[in-house]
Amino acid sequence: MTALAKTESPSRAASVQKVVSPGGIEAWLVEDYAVPLIAIEFAFKGGAAQDPVGKPGVATLLAGLLDEGAGPYESEAFHRALDEDAIELSFSADRDVLTGRMQTLSRNMGRAFELLRLAVTESRLDTEPLERVRSQLAAGLRRETNDPDYVAGRAFRSLSYPNHPYGAPVRGDLDSLPSLTQGHLIEMRSAILARETLKIAVVGAIDAATLARHVDDVFGGLPEKAHLVPIPSVDLAGAGTRHIVDVDVPQSTIRFGRQGLARKDPDFVAATVVNHILGGGIFSARLFREVREKRGLAYSAYSQLVTYEHGAMLYGSTSTKNERAAESMQVIEEQIRDLSEAGPSEEELDKARKYLIGSYALRFDTSTKIAGQLAHLQMEGFGVEYLDERNKLIAAVTMEDAKRAAKRLFADAQLLVAVAGRPEGM
Amino acid sequence: MASVSQPAAGGVFLTPSAAAPAKSGGGPNVTQARLENGLEIVVIPDHRAPVVTHMVWYRNGSADDPVGKSGIAHFLEHLMFKGTKDHPQGKFSELVADVGGQENAFTSNDYTAYFQRVAKDHLGVCMEYEADRMKNLVLTDEIVAPERDVVLEERRMRTDSDPSDQLNEAVQAALFSQHPYGKPIIGWSHEIETLDRTDALAYYDRFYTPENAILVVAGDVEADEVIALAKSVYGKIEARGEAPKRFRPREPEPRAHRLVTLADEKVEQPSHQSVYLVPSYKTAAPGEAEALEVLAHLLGGGQTSLLFKTLVIEEKLAVAAGAHYAGTAVDDTRFYVYAMPAPEVSLEELDDAIERVLQRVTDIGVDAADLKWAKTRLVAEAIYAQDNQATLARWYGASLATGLKLEDVASWPDRIEAVTAEDVVKAVHRLAKRRGVTGFLLPAGGPMDAPADPAAMT
Repeated sequence: MTALAKTESPSRAASVQKVVSPGGIEAWLVEDYAVPLIAIEFAFKGGAAQDPVGKPGVATLLAGLLDEGAGPYESEAFHRALDEDAIELSFSADRDVLTGRMQTLSRNMGRAFELLRLAVTESRLDTEPLERVRSQLAAGLRRETNDPDYVAGRAFRSLSYPNHPYGAPVRGDLDSLPSLTQGHLIEMRSAILARETLKIAVVGAIDAATLARHVDDVFGGLPEKAHLVPIPSVDLAGAGTRHIVDVDVPQSTIRFGRQGLARKDPDFVAATVVNHILGGGIFSARLFREVREKRGLAYSAYSQLVTYEHGAMLYGSTSTKNERAAESMQVIEEQIRDLSEAGPSEEELDKARKYLIGSYALRFDTSTKIAGQLAHLQMEGFGVEYLDERNKLIAAVTMEDAKRAAKRLFADAQLLVAVAGRPEGM
Repeated sequence: MASVSQPAAGGVFLTPSAAAPAKSGGGPNVTQARLENGLEIVVIPDHRAPVVTHMVWYRNGSADDPVGKSGIAHFLEHLMFKGTKDHPQGKFSELVADVGGQENAFTSNDYTAYFQRVAKDHLGVCMEYEADRMKNLVLTDEIVAPERDVVLEERRMRTDSDPSDQLNEAVQAALFSQHPYGKPIIGWSHEIETLDRTDALAYYDRFYTPENAILVVAGDVEADEVIALAKSVYGKIEARGEAPKRFRPREPEPRAHRLVTLADEKVEQPSHQSVYLVPSYKTAAPGEAEALEVLAHLLGGGQTSLLFKTLVIEEKLAVAAGAHYAGTAVDDTRFYVYAMPAPEVSLEELDDAIERVLQRVTDIGVDAADLKWAKTRLVAEAIYAQDNQATLARWYGASLATGLKLEDVASWPDRIEAVTAEDVVKAVHRLAKRRGVTGFLLPAGGPMDAPADPAAMT
C-alpha cells in the first residue's frame, strides 16, 4: 500500500485551553482561526429525568422555548435577529442534560453572545410560542404513533425502566402534553439552569481573554445553585421477556437489550471493545456478518452501549420481514451467548482495538464535533487529559479483560425484546 | 453498507441544506486535475485535523436504470462490497477498519458514491480499494441472492412499512410521467426481485469506468501529493475510450394539476406536500436556479419564512411548514412546499392557504429586508460548510457529478447575492398550481379510502 508521509499524532489535550472567567466560570477552548466561525456547546445537568411525575415532556418543551423569545424580543423578533446575522442557536433535552448549541460567523460574535445571554437568562416563555411548540411536539408524536421504529422504541423504553423517570418518554406523550403549563417550565428552568452544573466548550476563532469576558456576560447572571430532584440508580428490567406490539406492516422492528455497565465501571472500556465485536458499525461485526451478510435477514443489525447518569444498558436493533423475525432473534441470541461463554477470538479483539483507536480522530474533525466531544467529556466528569488517555485505555484491554467484560455484559444472554410488527413464531 | 439518499420530500421534518460551496476568496483552495484515463480529481485541503475523506463518485444513478430493472444502480452499490479477484469479500473493509476508518456508499437519482474517512496516513489504502473495485469486481449467485434479500428488507424498512414514503413514491411517479426521476431509487419490489448477477455485471461494465468517475479527496493533504498518488494507483486503470452515455427522455411541460391521496389506518397526523417541476442548476437559464434557491428560503427556510409566519404563526392552520429546492440534478428537478395541518384543519383548507401565500408573492413581490436576510443566510451556509471536510467533499462531488464545473461551485455565493426581487417573483411562476402535484397523507376512514388488497380488485 502506498502511504503519504507518516505523522505522529500530537497531544489532543494540549490543544485545549481551560479558560476561567473573572466571574469564576470555566470553559474549555480550542482556538482555531482556519475558518472564520465559532462553535459553542454547553450543558446543564438535569433533563427529562427531572420532569414531574406524570408530566413527561417538560424539559423538552423548555428546551424548545428557550430560543422562542427572550429579553425585549418576542419570538418572531428573536428569530429575526438570529437570522439577520446567520446565527444558529438551538437547545435540546436528553434524559440527564439540557444542552445548548450555537454557531456564529466570528464577525457576528458580539451579537451572537448577546442573543445567547438573553436566551439563557431572560427567556420569555410566552403563551404564543408555548402553544405553538406544544402543537409541534404533539404533531410529531402523532406522526410516530404507528411507525414501527418508534412503536418498538417506546415499548422497549417503558419496559426497561418501569416506575422510573428513565421509563418516561423524553418528548412527553399525547395525554400529558396538553397539561403542561408555563408554571412547569418556569420551575424546570430555575431548577436546572444554574452555574453549578454548567459545562462549556468553545471551538474556533476566538481568544481566551475575549471568551472569558463573553462567558461572564452570558452565564454570569444565572444562579449558582441548581435544585435537582435526586434520581435513584436503576437496573434494566424485563430480561428474558418478549413483547410484541401489533402493527400491520410486513416487517418486524426489533429492539433488544439488557443491563449494561456504568461509565465509571472499571470494565467499561473492555465492554466497549466487546460490544464493538458484537454489533459495532463495521462489516466484520458479528451481528452485521451473521444477520445481514450471511443470511440476508436485515438491512441493519447493531448493538451499542448506552450510559445514563443513573443507569446503563446494552441496546440493539434490527428489522426483518415478519416470516423471518424469529430466526433473526435466534441468530442474535446465539452470538451474544457465544461471546459470553467463549469470549472473542484474539483476532477479533485485536481488530476491535485497532478500529476503536484509529477512528477516535474522526470525532474531532469539525468545530461542532469537537465542541460536542469536549462538553460531553466534562459532563461525564473527565479531565482534559482523557483525550490522550482514551486510546491508551483501549490498547491496554487484554483478552482476560475482554472475557471478563463479556461475561459481565452478556451473562446468561437473557434479553428484553420489544417487537413492532407481526412477527411469526415469536 | 449502502444507504439510499433520497431527495428531501414533503412533510418531512428535515431542514435540507442547500448546495452551497465556498465564496471565492475566503473559500477553500480547491484543485482540479484529470488523469489520462479520464478520471477527474478534486482536492480540497483542510489542515485542521489529521484526517482525510476519500470519495469516488460515478455519474450514474437510479435515473439510469434500464427499463424494467429499477433499483439496479442501488443494488450494484451493495454488491460493490462483495470483493474482487485479488481481495475476497470483506478484505478491503477489514483493512479500512483496522486503521479505524469508516466507509459507506450512497445512491441518488444521478450518481452513486463510495467513501472512506481515515487518518491521513491511510489515503493510499483507500485508493487501492476503490481502484481495485472499479475494474475487478467478482460476483457469484451465492453472493448476489442474499444481498438481494438485504435490499428487499431495506425497502420494507424504508417504504413498505411507512405510508408517508409510499405516498412520496406515488407523488414522484405522478410528477415525472416520462423522466426516470419518477422511479424510486431503491426500485420497485417486483423489479428488485428479478435482478440477478447478469444484470449487475452488465450495469457494472457499462458505468464503472475511469471516464465516468470523479475522485474527491478532502482533508489534511496537499493537492500535488494526492494527484501523484492517484496517478500511481488509479492511473493504472485502462481507459475505455469514452464516458458512458445517459439516455433520459425529457419531462414535458406539465399542464394539469395532479392530486395524489393516500389514506392509511397507520396515519394519525395528516400532511400536505406540493411538488413542482423546475429547472436544476444544470438545466436552468442563468440566474434562475439561484432565484429558486432564494425563493425556497424565503418561502420555507425556518421560522421567519413566509409559509411558517403565515400558516403557523398568524393563521394557525399548520404546525409546520417549509419549502425546499432540490437544485443539484442533471435534469429538470423538484421544488417542494410542505406543511402539517393543525388539528381540525383540513388539507384542502391548508392547500388554499398555501396558494394564497404563493399568490401574494406573485402579486406584491417580496420584502427587500426579507430578501436580504435570506441571501445572508444562504451565503453563510457556504462558510459553515467549510467547517466540515465531509460536507465539502459531498458538495463538490454532487455538483460535478450532476454536470457543474468547479467555477460554478466557487461563484455560487456571488450568484446568490445577485438575485433580485424581480428574479424571485419570476421564479414563483414555476409554482403555478397546474404545474404541480399535490400529495395528501390522510388517516383511514375518509371517503378516499379504497381497499388496499389487490386481490379484492380483480
